[in-house]
Amino acid sequence: MGKKESGIAFNLISHQKLENLSSSEKLEYILKEVKEGRILVLEHGLTPTEQTQLIEHTMKEINHDTFIGIEIGGYENEKVGFFQRVFGVAKKPRMTVIGPAHLLRMVHKDNDMIETTIIPGKGAN
Amino acid sequence: MGILERFRESKFSKMIQKIFGKKHAKIGIYGPPNVGKTTLANRILRDWTGDIMGSVSEVPHETRRAKWKNNIRVDNGGSSLTMDLVDTPGIATKIDYKEFMNMYGMTKDDSRLRAKEATEGVIEAIRWLDDIDGVVLVMDATQDPFTQVNVTIIGNLEARNLPILIAANKIDAENASPATLKSAFPQHPVIPISALTGYNTENLYSMMVKEFSKKRHKQRR
Repeated sequence: MGKKESGIAFNLISHQKLENLSSSEKLEYILKEVKEGRILVLEHGLTPTEQTQLIEHTMKEINHDTFIGIEIGGYENEKVGFFQRVFGVAKKPRMTVIGPAHLLRMVHKDNDMIETTIIPGKGAN
Repeated sequence: MGILERFRESKFSKMIQKIFGKKHAKIGIYGPPNVGKTTLANRILRDWTGDIMGSVSEVPHETRRAKWKNNIRVDNGGSSLTMDLVDTPGIATKIDYKEFMNMYGMTKDDSRLRAKEATEGVIEAIRWLDDIDGVVLVMDATQDPFTQVNVTIIGNLEARNLPILIAANKIDAENASPATLKSAFPQHPVIPISALTGYNTENLYSMMVKEFSKKRHKQRR
């Protein structure tokens, strides 16, 4: 096996990949990847409930020397129309970037742009 | 148990609340660390009970356990609301003990302990969401409002159909911009205040009585 390339892994995750997972499987997958030093861009992000659960799980996983938490930024969920609301269509999560807080820093976020910087570090294992 | 408390617990009282809306609600004060949640809780308590909720500090995560006070009656003209007020620890997605050492000169042991307690506080704050009827979401009017913590809390409360009031705090600071907050979250009432000086808190109280008394069907998660 050749020498592993150094650098920061940046993975773009399709919505199909996450759609086939349950909420807990999704969170487990994301947190595992992020703890290993990968930055993920999710084509469709997480629901607000999943995001809150992700924060909760992250807090449980914080280890002062190896994992200080996550940086996360996503666009607000897509609005649904009156009739969709009547028929129980939920707001759809939109593109979201998630990474380890020691590697990814949110610089600015508004309705149109999420600006981040990547801090050179040890990267993915 | 006094006559008043017995009435409040009675089926008749609950039936009246169901028809006309709440007059007793459990309200959570939420937000990221260091936005002035405890300063606001202290302000509310001082104004309506003469008590205080807890200590405040410039070091983030000063409140690491939720604190609450029951039966705070807030009057607004002819109407009133009795609240159980919960001051929650700041919600964050990362906690680095080195920040406490490097920025606030704390010792390594104290910093690590504070960071550990802060992680537990975040979890506790999130769990309280299951048990509240409305939220005063405190934001720092001098900071960028589009943080993921703000967006996540709002999204979560909307999914639960819980009423939200956004308190745009630190309005006394020179670089405060409540207009930015209002344009960021147009779907919710934004009230510019200074919890420190008390500026415009009477307007916040009036909105609290109005918004948190409304009849709603809470969605359980």
